[in-house]
Amino acid sequence: MTTLLTLTVLVLVAIAIWQMGKIFELSQLKADTSRAQIANDNDNKNQGYLLFAFLIFIYAITIFSFVKYSKFLLPEAASAHGQGYDNLMWVSFAVIFFVQTITQALLHYFGYKYRGEEGKKALFYADNDRLEFIWTIIPVVVLAGLIIWGLYSWTNIMDINEEDDPLIVELYAQQFNWTARYGGNDNVLGDASVRLIDIDRANVMGLDEADPNATDDVIVKELHLPVGRKVNFYMRSQDVLHSAYMPHFRAQMNCVPGMVTEFSFTPTITTEEMRLNPEVVDKVKRTNVIRAEKAANGDSNSDPWEFDYVLLCNKICGKSHYNMQMKIIVETEEEYNAWMESQKTFAETVLPVQ
Amino acid sequence: MSAVAHVDDHSHDDHGHHHKETFITKYIFSQDHKMIAKQYLITGVLVMGFIGIAMSLLFRMQLAWPGESFSVFEAFLGKWAPEGVMDADVYLALITMHGTIMVFFVLTAGLSGTFSNLLIPLQIGARDMASGFLNMLSFWMFFVSAVIMVISLFVEAGPAAAGWTIYPPLSALPMAQPGSGMGMTLWLVSMAIFIASSLLGSLNYIVTVINLRTKGMSMTRLPLTIWAFFVTAIIGVISFPVLLSAALLLIMDRSFGTSFFLSDIFIQGEVLHYQGGSPVLYEHLFWFLGHPEVYIVLLPALGITSEVMSTNARKPIFGYRAMVASILAIAFLSTIVWGHHMFISGMNPFLGSVFTFTTLLIAIPSAVKAFNYITTLWKGNLQLNPAMLFSIALVSTFITGGLTGIILGDSALDINVHDTYFVVAHFHLVMGISALYGLFAGVYHWFPKMFFGRMMNKNLGYVHFWVTAICAYGVFFPMHFVGMAGVPRRYYENTAFPMFDELTDVQVLMTVFALIAGAAQLIFVYNFIRSIFYGKKGPQNPWKSNTLEWTAPQEHIHGNWPGEIPHVHRWAYDYSKTYENGEYIIEGQDFVPQNIPLQDNEEEMNH
Repeated sequence: MTTLLTLTVLVLVAIAIWQMGKIFELSQLKADTSRAQIANDNDNKNQGYLLFAFLIFIYAITIFSFVKYSKFLLPEAASAHGQGYDNLMWVSFAVIFFVQTITQALLHYFGYKYRGEEGKKALFYADNDRLEFIWTIIPVVVLAGLIIWGLYSWTNIMDINEEDDPLIVELYAQQFNWTARYGGNDNVLGDASVRLIDIDRANVMGLDEADPNATDDVIVKELHLPVGRKVNFYMRSQDVLHSAYMPHFRAQMNCVPGMVTEFSFTPTITTEEMRLNPEVVDKVKRTNVIRAEKAANGDSNSDPWEFDYVLLCNKICGKSHYNMQMKIIVETEEEYNAWMESQKTFAETVLPVQ
Repeated sequence: MSAVAHVDDHSHDDHGHHHKETFITKYIFSQDHKMIAKQYLITGVLVMGFIGIAMSLLFRMQLAWPGESFSVFEAFLGKWAPEGVMDADVYLALITMHGTIMVFFVLTAGLSGTFSNLLIPLQIGARDMASGFLNMLSFWMFFVSAVIMVISLFVEAGPAAAGWTIYPPLSALPMAQPGSGMGMTLWLVSMAIFIASSLLGSLNYIVTVINLRTKGMSMTRLPLTIWAFFVTAIIGVISFPVLLSAALLLIMDRSFGTSFFLSDIFIQGEVLHYQGGSPVLYEHLFWFLGHPEVYIVLLPALGITSEVMSTNARKPIFGYRAMVASILAIAFLSTIVWGHHMFISGMNPFLGSVFTFTTLLIAIPSAVKAFNYITTLWKGNLQLNPAMLFSIALVSTFITGGLTGIILGDSALDINVHDTYFVVAHFHLVMGISALYGLFAGVYHWFPKMFFGRMMNKNLGYVHFWVTAICAYGVFFPMHFVGMAGVPRRYYENTAFPMFDELTDVQVLMTVFALIAGAAQLIFVYNFIRSIFYGKKGPQNPWKSNTLEWTAPQEHIHGNWPGEIPHVHRWAYDYSKTYENGEYIIEGQDFVPQNIPLQDNEEEMNH
């Protein structure tokens, strides 16, 4: 119904525009000169005012989007580097909005203010080295600041090392699901290769059974992370490109068949704590109102939602790309250890040779 | 230089416009640059543009109303939309083909092909392109590639669907998705021909600009349009061959079992033999073209804007030399920033640092250009024709879209917005919408030159402009927020994640704006086609412009000018130039065309 209504509105809008064009055209018939289709003073006046109105529209849509959509943005970063990431993001945004506000104002205001009039003389103004120097040097300085800050953050984020006893986790991607593998008691991942995959024997990640490091590896479908401990992720893909995107942790890395990629972060907020974050509480409330409406309409995908961190696939990977996800649970060290205790190791799950 | 021009003069004057033309040599296999420009405009912009935009409307509807049944889906997608509900595979095919068609066919061939062909000979004072035959060949290869691309939409398993960047292994393995079968083969064949066409065209543009300038047309007197087309052609010649190599290697991986981009793959229950290749290598090769491609699309639009804005402001373009320097700087830097598409591809993070540095550098010439445009408007006498409005709007979207590049170009900040709708919003504003505005500005401005002095209707132009301008921001401004909320691009629907539920309203808003914007383009098409046949003839030089094309007669003749080619005595921007006593150089007219000799007491500016 809504669809039909929207389409009707669109068709009517199209007809209205068409009619407007017709009227404009008819009103032009009397001025039958060769210059009829060139802007005259009247056009310049109208279009000049419209340019000014357009400036207001740009500001309005900016303010509207901020007021209405800011609450949709991701909640505070749940990782150690994420705080710094968000700061850099907001500083960059401050710069962007400052420049955007001023340049759009100048552009459209000039369009309005200097609208043409018959007989008016424009200023022949072709060059000004000093002005050009100023607006070359200002971006240079501002960008230099942002580059230095950005590169400092980047180098820190991408410096993946074994200091501080990181938890070693492998993220394994395939069409269209994720698997995680922990190093087990020795916190070392056993060797693996797609050539060793043996589906019949439940060796789905191709672990090398001859490698002693592999026997205690733990393979799971739900990622559990202890809060406050650095995690080093090693990523593999068995078929096409995927990307492990963990937006709440400001973390992302592609998974590339034929190579192992890396990312590292320290989760700082447990799932339980995040669920109590006022922004998240509000978001869940809003979302569940929507989902309740859907349920009332008999929609199947409408169970009430509880906040969870997620891992999404963010590199086009085929038909079900849009639904390639894994739940991430950040919990206390004790909870994590208890969960890990209950998991089976690779040696326990792999089936004996027939 | 001048010697060449003279030789050219004579040869053409002698036999240039005598030989009889048949329908075929005039309208189909024409070697005349003006006809070829129109062929590009109609094939590239009208036909391919219609297909590309229509596709975007279809998938925007799917995003706003996921899983909803629409009869238009059933009508256009047939078996891909059982009972009117769009299938996930065809969604990916639509976004892939939308990207491919818009970037390559509309904005590369359509924009550059149309205006480079039309304006290079006319604005530099040449009879035609250096090689009319190669020019014709270039168009017809483009036409063939467009036909193959359209045919690929109709193959059994569907067209290419791996995203317009067609990253392997997804694009290399037919078992990874149906679109990677025949559809992808045709995509690659089409693109290989397209690249050959683009190279022939570009070489021709370069040679023509270097060799065939009329007497007095020094490089520093070239209109900025020509500078932009010239440099665009150079970037094309440097980077398109690399895409060809990527396409060829991918064809080999697909068809001949090589392993350039593939390694260690287990798919559908079996291990494939590929060993030792790397998809990251493909990404490097692709983006070595892919990033310059952004500027191949954008620079002609900026060149057109420079010309249209200066003419309609009745003022010289501010900072001509800085504008040329910026074009050159952008061109140079554009070839060393490709890695910013790959910060999280798994390449060495140190490489990422280098690309962050070069990427943010490119913001500097871009900023200079934006400031120069704004200053060009200052104290002008703005003639707000539709072309002028599109040029102003181009600067607006170029700034809005360009600024978010500061975030995406910063490797650290890119981590969390990479491949989200934030990127989609960014590049649509900065290169998609901006380049389209440049294209529209060019069509409205040079329509009289293309169609024998006929003018497009200005009021329809105004309606077209305002609806488009409002809707473009209406679609892409809110889209930034969708991206910042973490919504990945290329998702068939976002319903699998309850965290995205509340964003559906934003999607609906964007889609409604997109549908209205799409409808508004029909006004343009109507105005365009109607004006070809019924448009009123305007004056010889309707916009009172300085450049040489307006000295050529409205009727098209082979060789452009009857008699001698005009000589050039000044730069293209002597608008509102006065003597010291404040009188215009030519009494009663606020412009001095390039072919007017320097007057007594007139001071020549050293630009």
